Amino acid sequence: MMQGETQQDEWTQVIEPTEGIFNFNLRELWRYRDLILLFVRRDFIAVYKQTILGPLWHFLQPLFTTAVYTIFISIVKVPTDEIPRILFILTGVVIWNYFSSCLVKTSNTFIGNASIFGKVYFPRLVIPIAVVISNLMSFCIQCLLIIPFLFFYRENIHPNFYILFIPFLILILAMMGLGLGVLVSSLTIKYRDLNYLIGFSVQLAMYATPVIYPLSLIPGRFKSIAMLNPLSPVVEIFRYALLGKGTFSMETILYSAGTALLILITGVLMFRRVENSFMDTV
Amino acid sequence: MSTVIRVENVSKVYQLGKVGTGTLASDIQRTIAKLSGKEDPLLRIGEKYSEDGIHIALRDVSFSVTQGQVLGIIGKNGAGKSTLLKIVSRVTAPTTGKIKMKGRLASLLEVGTGFHPELSGRENIFLNGAILGMTKKEVARKFDEIVEFSGVAKFIDTPVKRYSSGMYVRLAFAVAAHLEPEILIVDEVLAVGDADFQRKCLGKMKDVSSQGRTVLFVSHNMEAVKNLCQEVVLLEKGQVAEIGNPTAVINSYFKRNTLYSSKVIFEEAKAPGNENVKLRKVELQIHDGETLDINHGFDLYFEFELKNDYPEFNFSLNLFSITGEHIFNTVSTVVSAKKGNIKGSCTVPSNLMNSGNYTISIMAVSQRSITLFYFQNVMNFEIFDNRENEKWFGNISGAVRPKLDWKIF
Repeated sequence: MMQGETQQDEWTQVIEPTEGIFNFNLRELWRYRDLILLFVRRDFIAVYKQTILGPLWHFLQPLFTTAVYTIFISIVKVPTDEIPRILFILTGVVIWNYFSSCLVKTSNTFIGNASIFGKVYFPRLVIPIAVVISNLMSFCIQCLLIIPFLFFYRENIHPNFYILFIPFLILILAMMGLGLGVLVSSLTIKYRDLNYLIGFSVQLAMYATPVIYPLSLIPGRFKSIAMLNPLSPVVEIFRYALLGKGTFSMETILYSAGTALLILITGVLMFRRVENSFMDTV
Repeated sequence: MSTVIRVENVSKVYQLGKVGTGTLASDIQRTIAKLSGKEDPLLRIGEKYSEDGIHIALRDVSFSVTQGQVLGIIGKNGAGKSTLLKIVSRVTAPTTGKIKMKGRLASLLEVGTGFHPELSGRENIFLNGAILGMTKKEVARKFDEIVEFSGVAKFIDTPVKRYSSGMYVRLAFAVAAHLEPEILIVDEVLAVGDADFQRKCLGKMKDVSSQGRTVLFVSHNMEAVKNLCQEVVLLEKGQVAEIGNPTAVINSYFKRNTLYSSKVIFEEAKAPGNENVKLRKVELQIHDGETLDINHGFDLYFEFELKNDYPEFNFSLNLFSITGEHIFNTVSTVVSAKKGNIKGSCTVPSNLMNSGNYTISIMAVSQRSITLFYFQNVMNFEIFDNRENEKWFGNISGAVRPKLDWKIF
């Protein structure tokens, strides 16, 4: 018996039915950091291969979207806090894109990667984390796109020190996108319907968030309801930092950060619970 | 010698059919009932969770492997071999039990996993290496070796979607072969790929074990298992039926699965046939031996009941492979038969048949041309392979595998 115990210490790996509920296993994830970076590279390089415009698509996609929404709000005459419409929309679209692409692309982690997952083990979280990072890179590229517009309209806007907050805003969005994404991907194993629902829901969520209209547009008594959306303060602060106009308070951003953390923890725990046996179901 | 893998009472249970109830609403209903300790509202009254919807793929499997050992895992299809490997390689979790391991594990099954068609050979080597558990540094150190081994150096910066399938497989295998896992899993690789590829796989296995690392080898190819493994585990219906020295376990596997002196006897009421003739009995007897393999001949006995007198009567025996290939047709001598039972036998000599699964059909014929009745698929049996002093473990193809007289001048 004694010998058995001493030998047990040397085992480098023990496979058991369910590893405890609160098991984030961050150390293992760290060991696979090279793999995360390679997946980021793969996602980033492979997307626009064999397209004529290549990486230019990183710019074109938000530009087109911006054009469409700008025309739309010009027609219905949505007030934009005296900010040039195109700049107002562009900032909203760029930051919203980061959240929505994190969510949508991580939400099919299990189903989209079933063939790899069925053959070889690596921490399954590697895939959604890589997605969030590669989206961060396209977000940064798209931010470059904003700069010439800021310069062009420099008379009408007031960038300020809140710009330093932007990384924090991005972190909140990343946590929310990743958390919701892995939560949905864990649930899609059983209920495939969610896979179809997600694109639609993200679209709806955009209209519930001040992306193509300012929060100040919402009349007083509905504003508190609108503020319940943890994404609203993030978009408003982002705009405030770059353009000098936005509605928010410190409490609201703390609320957003708290919600994001909660969503992330819930999502990852759920993900961990199903990752060991999802191959039996898919 | 220390133990590198210890499998302790591992079981794996699969739910058959629908997972959950199919709709979110009734799943929630069920969960609420479970949490509040009530009966499942979706089960009919008096019904309980039955074992019917459950498939037990592995049941209390335990064994251990010492360092440097090549352990063979054999068993029929569905015996649980692949499930066991999936659990060992952490693709899926066991339902109960534990597996303890020392060191890294890699599998030759995963050749080419995660290759992205748009990426170049170079990029894929790094990506694939990382998926299989290597660090970037390790891959970089072995990069030149991998490229050389694969023989695609000229195209290393071309996207792999432009590769021929042969180049693709070679590159993928080169990456897998340069992993340095403490434990290597080889599953049925001998069944796929060309002869060259098989040779490479076996060579790799030998290298790995001679370096003091451990190999788990799953195969249906008993010749390869016998020659490469030091110990063999026989799985049967998800349980360990036997563990031990390869020759003994393989013989026992044959014995368990062979249709030795298999006999089919029909009662009068159920006997197949018509108003002319009925089949009463078929029996296969192996010549001096217990296992039906290519080195043993066998007799096929049969007994018929004739309803009339037939002055000119004979049998015609057809042998098919289980896949439907017609191997041969052999016709008996013509006799004058009286009403009542008639017996006959046909001898198939040793070293004529190839290994494989076969089925026989017998025809009763009158006047050398009229079919009285054609009894189809009256018996199935398997002939096992048996080779000695052979270096080739792949399949030997051909409808038959006769031992003929050779002279070399």
